[in-house]
Amino acid sequence: MFETMTLSALQQYWWIIISLLGAILVFLMFVQGGQTLLFQIAKNEEERKLLVNSLGRKWELAFTTLVTFGGAFFASFPLFYSTSFGGAYWIWMFILLGFILQAVSYEFRKKPNNFLGPKVYEIFLFINGLLATVLIGTAVGTFFTGSPFFVDKFNLSSWMVCSHGLEAALNTQNLSLGLAVFFLTRMTGSMFFITAIDHDVINKRSAKQILINGLVFLVFFLMFIGLLLTKNGFAVDPATSKISMEPYKYLHNFLQMPFVFVLFLVGVLLVLFGFIKGAFLKKSNAFWFTVTGVVLTVFSLFLVAGLNNTAFYPSNYDLQSSLTIARASSSHYTLTAMSYVSLLVPFIIAYIWYSWRVLTKKKISVSELEENEHVY
Amino acid sequence: MHLADISLVDWSRAQFALTAIYHWLFVPLTLGLSFIIAIMESIYIKTGNEEWKKLTKFWMTIFGINFAIGAATGIILEFEFGTNWSNYSWMVGDIFGAPLAIEGIMAFFLESTFIAIMFFGWSKVGKKTHLLSTWMVAIGSNLSALWILVANAWMNNPVGMVFNPDTARNEMVNFWDVALSPFAINKFLHTITSSYVVAALFVIGVCSWYLLKKRQIVFSKRSMAIAVIFGLLSSLFLAFTGDSSAYQVAQKQPMKLAAMEGLYKGQEGTGLVAFGVLNHKKKAGDNLEEYLFKIEIPKMLSLLSYRDANAFVPGIEDIVYGNWHYNIEPVSKRMERGTQAIISLTKYKDSKEKNDTAAMNSALTEFKQTRSDLGYGYLDKPESIIPNVPLTFYSFHVMVILGFYFILLFVVILYFVLRNTIERKKFLLRLALITIPLGYIASELGWIVAEVGRQPWAIQDILPVSKATSHLSASSVQITFVLFAILFTILLITELRILFKQIKIGPKE
Repeated sequence: MFETMTLSALQQYWWIIISLLGAILVFLMFVQGGQTLLFQIAKNEEERKLLVNSLGRKWELAFTTLVTFGGAFFASFPLFYSTSFGGAYWIWMFILLGFILQAVSYEFRKKPNNFLGPKVYEIFLFINGLLATVLIGTAVGTFFTGSPFFVDKFNLSSWMVCSHGLEAALNTQNLSLGLAVFFLTRMTGSMFFITAIDHDVINKRSAKQILINGLVFLVFFLMFIGLLLTKNGFAVDPATSKISMEPYKYLHNFLQMPFVFVLFLVGVLLVLFGFIKGAFLKKSNAFWFTVTGVVLTVFSLFLVAGLNNTAFYPSNYDLQSSLTIARASSSHYTLTAMSYVSLLVPFIIAYIWYSWRVLTKKKISVSELEENEHVY
Repeated sequence: MHLADISLVDWSRAQFALTAIYHWLFVPLTLGLSFIIAIMESIYIKTGNEEWKKLTKFWMTIFGINFAIGAATGIILEFEFGTNWSNYSWMVGDIFGAPLAIEGIMAFFLESTFIAIMFFGWSKVGKKTHLLSTWMVAIGSNLSALWILVANAWMNNPVGMVFNPDTARNEMVNFWDVALSPFAINKFLHTITSSYVVAALFVIGVCSWYLLKKRQIVFSKRSMAIAVIFGLLSSLFLAFTGDSSAYQVAQKQPMKLAAMEGLYKGQEGTGLVAFGVLNHKKKAGDNLEEYLFKIEIPKMLSLLSYRDANAFVPGIEDIVYGNWHYNIEPVSKRMERGTQAIISLTKYKDSKEKNDTAAMNSALTEFKQTRSDLGYGYLDKPESIIPNVPLTFYSFHVMVILGFYFILLFVVILYFVLRNTIERKKFLLRLALITIPLGYIASELGWIVAEVGRQPWAIQDILPVSKATSHLSASSVQITFVLFAILFTILLITELRILFKQIKIGPKE
């Protein structure tokens, strides 16, 4: 089936999968956003316990999606993996550091004799929430603004500044995306609390957080989109593979790929609809509208970054070192083999959906936690 | 040694070793305990006896604590291939990335989805669905091990690929050769069974402590019965897979085998060193004795390595300096061809940039004649293919001795468990308790043999570690090394404190 596809078609197929994984990751980072709200929404231990336990039943999904996102990128576009991870060393290390802290915090927080005390684990969760959202957003921002690297004729890469990735945070557009993701996930995290927790006070405070974070998110998101649509983009000449700067490249990509543009518009409208439902009407299904919108919007942004003859990981040090999906990809054979593995994805989504449904059938409440022996 | 004296390569290796060693402190228990829990829950479902549910829930709590820190140390390992070994990621990513991605898609989601049902689903799903979830967690954990071990086996025995001069990397040509190579199958079976042994020793050790304290008698005897049968079967299989793993090493990594045995001069009908003390002054090419003392089983190494008691087993000096009598070429020859391969590849790339087809074809022809030795072109001297012999030798021998000790221990414990007198055997219980760390030590030593014994190669005969690193400053890696060392140590202390406390509290009535 996949053997008959051209290399170019397989590269596009895999870029679509990567884009989808990236979009799902941003959706699932409501866990991280929620973690940054532990001290704001909860005012006592009982409330904090409800928040932590609601997120604690989902944290592994975001964690696993990040690992799979990394693995899939490695297998399908290894030149990106080697260039970005080896070059933007510090930004990735800080992101990973946050996830290390997260992985132990839920399980250890309330265990007797836990050495550091519950407060420290809650701070760990906050750190993970902050670093993961802002830095992943900032790192993805470089897909549109570029990074200072050089790739030699043997495809071995070097980062040309000693800040090794931290320089990305100095770029307004990168930072606006990082902050947009931060406030977006705080908004979706608040919506999740309303969906998952049976507690009037928490729901009321969460609704307030939806309003505040939603508005701040909109400011940064519009700033990012404004800059994106008006900036020069990194275009590839399909005949020569030469990279050049094209005015309004990303706007052109949207217009030249109407389906992607529609996805983007529907996504943004769903996010706005969910925001209004959550912030003003206090509806618990706001979460599902918003996260569907998040997936569509992020998915379309990834597609705009890599398709339609665009360099998805541009170099602002040496334009010709920029990575395109054609240059960065694995071989036809590997992409084919991996494509067969990708057929498992619907089954994975099915059992995740089942697990989500059975575990959230009944909202988390104080009495529900008392019944459960495994409590964070 | 002053920190700055150590190169980027050494710091990158140190950081990876640190992360891998910490990670492997938690993985074996996850792999083995997940099955032990699944077996216990199966008995609960079959018998309906609430005591088995109590057992299951207690070991699940222990599993959860251990799993969390395993995940924390595991995430960094995957990304370190990119952050610290970026040249490696490009040069072999076409092959190596696939099992890592499959691990995520096939195993991690299975594990992380069903673990939520396993912990929180007792009152939310039916008993059988819950049991299925517990088995899925066990299968997911072990599938994860399968794919990462396939990837690691490929580093030791690179198959199913070809070097593409256009992309300047190795590319996969046969997925099944990579996934189902005898090396990969042996590595997987040997590693997971060693993990089952560690988990069994852990459960037996904890139960021994309870019995010594005269607490949780029924709980402990039942847990012990499951663990000792699981452990004994696993350890017997472990010995079998150990033999086939060593056989694979003899065929594919003769230098590693020579280092494991401290064998400098090869001979026919070579004996196996059961116990020995190396002469630390010994260097390849000198006339010093290899051992200060050794007890040897005659002809056994030849028999185990080549299934022929009189077979020639090459030593370190045969491999480095060559032995024409046995058709072993000196490394210097391979280095010459490797250097030529690099020159031809560079010529090919230069000619391609200039669109000089004739020069391209000529360079490509030259390259094809020497490409199998490309990796040797990056070595600085023939002796650099010798790994750290004492570390490999002692790690291997201590691991093997411990492996046989574990079999004996399981047999003795099983005997007293069957006679229902185990709680009276204080010495045996104490021995079982102090054996817990020995299980971990043996398991870590196995990895030291596998990884140190492969040096200087990141990919055996293809890519040395010196060519595989990212272009970073050594100071950047020093900082992250120290950061991870502190963080992982704090987390380990925390984990142990929590674990000890949970064990002290015991199962909930």
